Amino acid sequence: MQKNEVKKSNDNFFMNIVRNQMFIPLLALAILALFNLIADPGFIKISIKENNMGNPVLSGFLITVLDSGSELAILAIGMTLVTAASGGQDISVGAAVAIAGSVLLRILRGAGTGNFGAMLLVAFLVSCIVAMLFGAFNGVLVAYFKIQPMIATLILYTAGRSIAAWINNNELPVISDPFLGYFGGFIPGIPIPTPFFIAIICVVVIFLVLKFTNLGLYTQTVGINENSARLNGLNPKMIKVISFVVLGLCVAVVGLIKVSRISTINYSVIAKDIEMDAILAVALGGNALGGGKFNMAASIFGAYVIQFLTQTLYKFKVSADALPAYKAVVVIVLVVISAPAVKEWMGNMTKKFKVKEVA
Amino acid sequence: MSNNKTKASGSFMDKINNLTDTNLLLMITIVIFFIMYIAAMIFQGGGFRKPQAFFDLLNANGALIVLACGLSLVMITGGIDISVGGVTALVSMCCAVYLDHMGGNVFVSILIALAIGLAFGAFQGFLVAYLDIQPFIVTLAGMFFARGMTTIVNNKPFNVANEDFSKLKMTRVIVPFMGSTNRKGDYIDAYIEIGVIVALLVVVAMFCILRWTKLGRSFYAVGGNRQSALMLGINVKRTRFLSHLICGLLAGIGGYIYFLHVGSGSPSHAMGAEMDAIASSIIGGTMLTGGVGNIAGTLFGVMSLGTILKIVAAAGLGEAWWVGITRALMLCLFLVIQSVIMSRKKKV
Repeated sequence: MQKNEVKKSNDNFFMNIVRNQMFIPLLALAILALFNLIADPGFIKISIKENNMGNPVLSGFLITVLDSGSELAILAIGMTLVTAASGGQDISVGAAVAIAGSVLLRILRGAGTGNFGAMLLVAFLVSCIVAMLFGAFNGVLVAYFKIQPMIATLILYTAGRSIAAWINNNELPVISDPFLGYFGGFIPGIPIPTPFFIAIICVVVIFLVLKFTNLGLYTQTVGINENSARLNGLNPKMIKVISFVVLGLCVAVVGLIKVSRISTINYSVIAKDIEMDAILAVALGGNALGGGKFNMAASIFGAYVIQFLTQTLYKFKVSADALPAYKAVVVIVLVVISAPAVKEWMGNMTKKFKVKEVA
Repeated sequence: MSNNKTKASGSFMDKINNLTDTNLLLMITIVIFFIMYIAAMIFQGGGFRKPQAFFDLLNANGALIVLACGLSLVMITGGIDISVGGVTALVSMCCAVYLDHMGGNVFVSILIALAIGLAFGAFQGFLVAYLDIQPFIVTLAGMFFARGMTTIVNNKPFNVANEDFSKLKMTRVIVPFMGSTNRKGDYIDAYIEIGVIVALLVVVAMFCILRWTKLGRSFYAVGGNRQSALMLGINVKRTRFLSHLICGLLAGIGGYIYFLHVGSGSPSHAMGAEMDAIASSIIGGTMLTGGVGNIAGTLFGVMSLGTILKIVAAAGLGEAWWVGITRALMLCLFLVIQSVIMSRKKKV
């Protein structure tokens, strides 16, 4: 009798862990880490090197993940909200990053000599506004014209990079001021990459917003049932547009980091395929891609795990062009695992197994 | 009494209101195509007035016609497939490698193309129909997988040198009485490529299937309302699976036609073809929500898109970005038109 109870509580404990939303990303991280450890135990090493600016900075595999995963984490914030509110994903984020970066460079290029910091602030604010406008455009198509989010954002997905090239007349302006490089690289004296700090700021802001406003609650309500949300006095259309505008803001921040990394822009390459990674981060975080409830922390954590995967693949000499094929396999595995039909089937299998065990 | 009232409100509007959704959208498309083409003939003159210009439009868009047919079918069934562009690239790369590096035979290369298309269609169809996963996510993964595989197969663009293939590529079907004389006064026959013939056959076949067969009607039923289709005794899962399977097969055929047209393999082939195909279907009057659409409209959709892009290029806006922006504007315009028409019809 007692034995049975112990077993039951064990079962519950185990099930609780498995059902936790953080389980899948943590499991993925553990598998990846193990894989890396077997292939090259040195991957965990972090050393201090001098970068080309002459500052001592941290370097190593994990630092690279934290560094380049930050853009993805920032995008995952917006993508989670969009997914939850509209039940679809925005596939134009890569193109939108190109636009935001292009606007930033256009203004910096036009600026005369003077206080570069102030100019950068202005340029960043303008690029924020532009990115939010494009987000609002997507949002209006989705909310007011009732077009499926992915189709609506397909418009910007095709046009975005063309628009970005058009803004700068297809030139590639190079900004030589080192101050711009701080946002995508290192601030002198601080050995941790700046994008990580930017990501932390974004995460803190969004958590404060979710804690002290009703944005999270309303977004989930709209995602779960738009009609009942409306009957409860919410404005579902407005909330959908807001989620796309928030994503626009995230896009502008990523645009700043991306441009800062190379001090210029390459319209066809900048943030290429990042939409796939951002969607993957949301899916890996265990959020339903059909909208409704969301877990922001899991998405952000998922983003870093995805970057870990990317870096691991790079380490195994997979070329950047071939990466999507591997990631596509991961996506398929993830969606198949979380498909209701498969879950039901697995549930039946475990039940059968248990029955056999009892017998 | 009510009869009188409707008569008084104008017979033209009345007719439009009585049209089914499919026919209304089809009519808009055909009218827009003819207006555009005639406008191009008047204002741009030169190139557009020759009949060959029209056939060139067909030659350039043969593959797109087939891809768009597949997409229309999936969209009528209420799904979406954005992997067709990637599959096209993969098909042309695999066939190119097979024909050029391995010196393979043309007939087998066609089989390879069909097999790749069918494999994508079957896998995606299974995930969408039987596991009930969102078609967009599945085919997005399919697109990235196909693109990635293309670079894994071969990451450099190259031309195919294969005698049999070149013969097939250069096979041209002369269109009688449509030729024109050039400046020297020589008579040049108007021609279409062999791929266009295949594309037109696909259009006719798809049109017949969708209009006159039980299977074809069940696509519409499932797209219109899945629940009531189930009540009618239609095997919804199988129908959705078949729509993706056929779309995959058409992507394979379209991929081969594309390959036949360009005669090379490259990872950057057919970039954005899925987008063009979706845009063509939508312009052709296929509703994204499913249940509404017409293959004839899709044909006109492809031609309209081709005409617009040709006008943009002829107007001296040759820079790549104008083409991208124009495409997107077209898509946006037609999506909004659809949305407005549908909300208006609902109120009526």
